[in-house]
Amino acid sequence: MQIKSRISNNTLYVLLCGELDEHSANYTKLTLDELFLKPNFQKIVIDLSELSFMDSTGIGVLIGRYKKMKDKNIPIYICNPSSHAEKIFKMTGLYEIMPKIV
Amino acid sequence: MKYSNFMEVTFKALSVNEGFARVCVASFCVQLNPSVDEITDIKTAVSEAVTNCVVHAYPTAVKGDITLRCELEDDMISITVTDKGVGIKDIEKAREPFYTSKPSEERSGMGFTVMESFMDSVEVISNSFGTMVRMTKKIINTMSEVGC
Repeated sequence: MQIKSRISNNTLYVLLCGELDEHSANYTKLTLDELFLKPNFQKIVIDLSELSFMDSTGIGVLIGRYKKMKDKNIPIYICNPSSHAEKIFKMTGLYEIMPKIV
Repeated sequence: MKYSNFMEVTFKALSVNEGFARVCVASFCVQLNPSVDEITDIKTAVSEAVTNCVVHAYPTAVKGDITLRCELEDDMISITVTDKGVGIKDIEKAREPFYTSKPSEERSGMGFTVMESFMDSVEVISNSFGTMVRMTKKIINTMSEVGC
């Protein structure tokens, strides 16, 4: 897992590259939590265009981040999920808390 | 005559082996010419089953084995993921969506639900000597006349 980020227009953009499973979950959690401490953004967009695999462990990671940012009133959005990731998001209702944006 | 083939691998219950298990099954199933979607479904189901073993089967520092077996009979794939761990106390509960025995660990509790959605059947047998998950899927998108 490789995680890239940038801030523009008060938005923190995070690009997840690689596979999100049990093996990469801890690193992903820690890295995202560190990035989310940065100042100067009011919303987060997680770009999944470079995510080659994800299982339900990824849902746990994302819901955990949602709970942390909810307390700070910072919404998280998902963009560019693969059709496979989309299936898992719809199955778990993740879009209800992290809407998909284009 | 029926086409049949199988493979079996055993590896240590470490998360680093999840990717290996996925690739292993995907490479083996390619001989049935599945679609990309079908392969991704199978890889995800295998990942869920192996993750369960890695996370739950061996609670002590000493990690045991996971055996992954894949059998092909014509266009039917059956996959068994077996461990020799502590077993699942309540299988029915474990299969409920969003149920996790480790709520403090940010787990979605959707592992079995994902397996059930992506495969045609999922059977779980568990006792205090270990757990076996058997999943089957019929490959619809066979292109055997094109394959070599």
